Amino acid sequence: MADTTLGLWGIPLAMVAGAIRVSTPFLFVSLGECLTERSGRVNLGLEGTLVMGAMSAYGISYLSGSPWLGVVAAGVIGALLGALHGVLCSKPRVNDIALGIALMLLGVGLAFFLGKPLIQPTAPRLGAIPLGFFTDNAQLRSALDVNVLFVIGALLAPALHHALWRTRWGLVIRTVGESADAARAVGYNVDQVRLFATMAGGFLAGVGGSFLSLYYPGSWNEGLSSGQGLMAVALVIFARWSPKRCLYASLLFGGAGAIGPALQSVGITGGYYLWNAAPYVLTLVILTLSSSATKASADMPAALGVAR
Amino acid sequence: MAIVAQSTEFVAADGSKGTLPPARSGPVVDWARLGPKLEAFGIPLLALGLSLILFGAFVIVAGHNPFDVYAEMYRGAFGTWFSFQNTLQRASPLMLTALCTALPARCGLIVIGGEGAFVIGGLGAAAAGVALIGAPSVVVLSGMFVAGAIFGGLWVGGAGLLRVRRGVNETISSLLLTYIGIALLNHFVEGPLRDPESLNKPSTLHIGEANMVGPIPGLDVHFGLVVGVLACIAAFVLMKRTVFGFGAAIVGGNPRAARLSGVRVGRTVVLTCALAGAAAGIAGTFEVAAVHGRANASLVAGYGYAGILVSFLARHDGLAIIPVSLFLGGIAASGGLLQRVFGLPDATVAVLQGILFVVLIASDTLYGRVRWPSPKEAS
Repeated sequence: MADTTLGLWGIPLAMVAGAIRVSTPFLFVSLGECLTERSGRVNLGLEGTLVMGAMSAYGISYLSGSPWLGVVAAGVIGALLGALHGVLCSKPRVNDIALGIALMLLGVGLAFFLGKPLIQPTAPRLGAIPLGFFTDNAQLRSALDVNVLFVIGALLAPALHHALWRTRWGLVIRTVGESADAARAVGYNVDQVRLFATMAGGFLAGVGGSFLSLYYPGSWNEGLSSGQGLMAVALVIFARWSPKRCLYASLLFGGAGAIGPALQSVGITGGYYLWNAAPYVLTLVILTLSSSATKASADMPAALGVAR
Repeated sequence: MAIVAQSTEFVAADGSKGTLPPARSGPVVDWARLGPKLEAFGIPLLALGLSLILFGAFVIVAGHNPFDVYAEMYRGAFGTWFSFQNTLQRASPLMLTALCTALPARCGLIVIGGEGAFVIGGLGAAAAGVALIGAPSVVVLSGMFVAGAIFGGLWVGGAGLLRVRRGVNETISSLLLTYIGIALLNHFVEGPLRDPESLNKPSTLHIGEANMVGPIPGLDVHFGLVVGVLACIAAFVLMKRTVFGFGAAIVGGNPRAARLSGVRVGRTVVLTCALAGAAAGIAGTFEVAAVHGRANASLVAGYGYAGILVSFLARHDGLAIIPVSLFLGGIAASGGLLQRVFGLPDATVAVLQGILFVVLIASDTLYGRVRWPSPKEAS
């Protein structure tokens, strides 16, 4: 243990570490939503999926003793919720946005109901990669502990990018998202492709939820998520439906979310609650700047209704 | 001409935009006319029934007898005079927060920021009340309601303005504004507006017992219920019986057509959103002025989110919101009893609401698919 504190240098350091930590759920949910929206549907229910994922990951990790089993379980639950959205939305006249809101409330309610017995017990948590092994400075070491899920997500972003633009699967998904009629004419089952994309998106959102309960904050309680699932939808618009840009945007949002705790860690507590609002304000400002009243973004999948 | 008159009547009675019924002639029973009306009542009832079955199955899995649970819920909601008053108490904010979703829905907007307008309206009202302490209580209360309505109106009106000016999706922006509103509430009750004596639960100063809104004579329910009912009727009249409401409906149907026919689209949208926010803000004001006497974290109680469900269940119709609020208020009121009698978690009510919401939205697919005159569901 070194006796030095980093002083004001602690703020940017804590912010970088915080950005990586806070951005991980954003990253997974936004990658999932990006995939879903590329197929031409919006799933606003990912907030509910996130909370359900967090609950089930914690529960499975507690029961089985293996946090990674919890991560997988969270993904499977998320995929099931995605399947519900995908199947119901394929019925005529069912609005995907309204259904998303409904699933959001259902997911949160179910998670609180089923998660009631999980508030007390402590489940095994996910480990971290100690990139700070070279230093003795405790602050630096804890800042350089990078969680494994972030690394997976950061690798997944370019992989998904590649898959969407360089593979046949990606082409099919994008075709369905641009023009369902064209996809149908080529012989693809539009509802099936969208169902798959929504399930995959739900899987990723569930994994994002497992991060909340198994790494940071690292316990299950009812105040775990505060709109990350919905902000991720806004983030996808900001990232203009590109998985790579989702990664950068997530880091930016994570950084905004880390300002408050970083300032607090060096003893600046004034306006703590206002700093908590920073990610939301940032999202709103970015949405305002990047939207246009007259024309939709050129990158937007044409079948999409969210950014009309 | 007869067809036109018939079609307008359908739109007015149904309460939501729908396809015009095909004109049919001949049979004794005019199914083309009666069918959509039956659908408007029958399909939500069907959805309700299905939800109750699904929730019953959920209750069985949780290890309880669903009939016992439903009987207990009925007792907790409407069974006794005490529980019915509890239901009324919870229904009144729901009526106002439901309007926060229902009014913009006429313009084709999905606003889910009622919670934020509720919270910020309550905070603004509490701040105004504290600032006016010492003045006659009429002045204090007027100031509080004006402040609550303005803050709530700014919140959702802002989402409407962003939509009109910058094309920002109102569903997302209104929800972001909710989180910003809650953060502002936390900031002010922990900091600038904090009553130093509120140790366990940081709150603003109390507005004074003399300034509180009393109960309706003969009831243990505050006047928010009366205001809620009146607001719902007013919303119905505004949206169904005025030029402004007609313009809003055209905007909801087709903004370009509205613009071409001379409706000032932007003004209509922003004004409707501001009214919607004001309704939720007034609900928050009642929560401060009639229930808590001060603003604190108790304002974040989910009334805004439940209002979204009420609005969708009522198909965004002002008059339908009144009974639906009573129904959902009853479900909420029975939550306490479910906890005490069955040891079910407090989220049980949220599960029922969630199931109801999902089934309801999914039931949209049934409209127009029922083959009249043989009244069988074509699901």
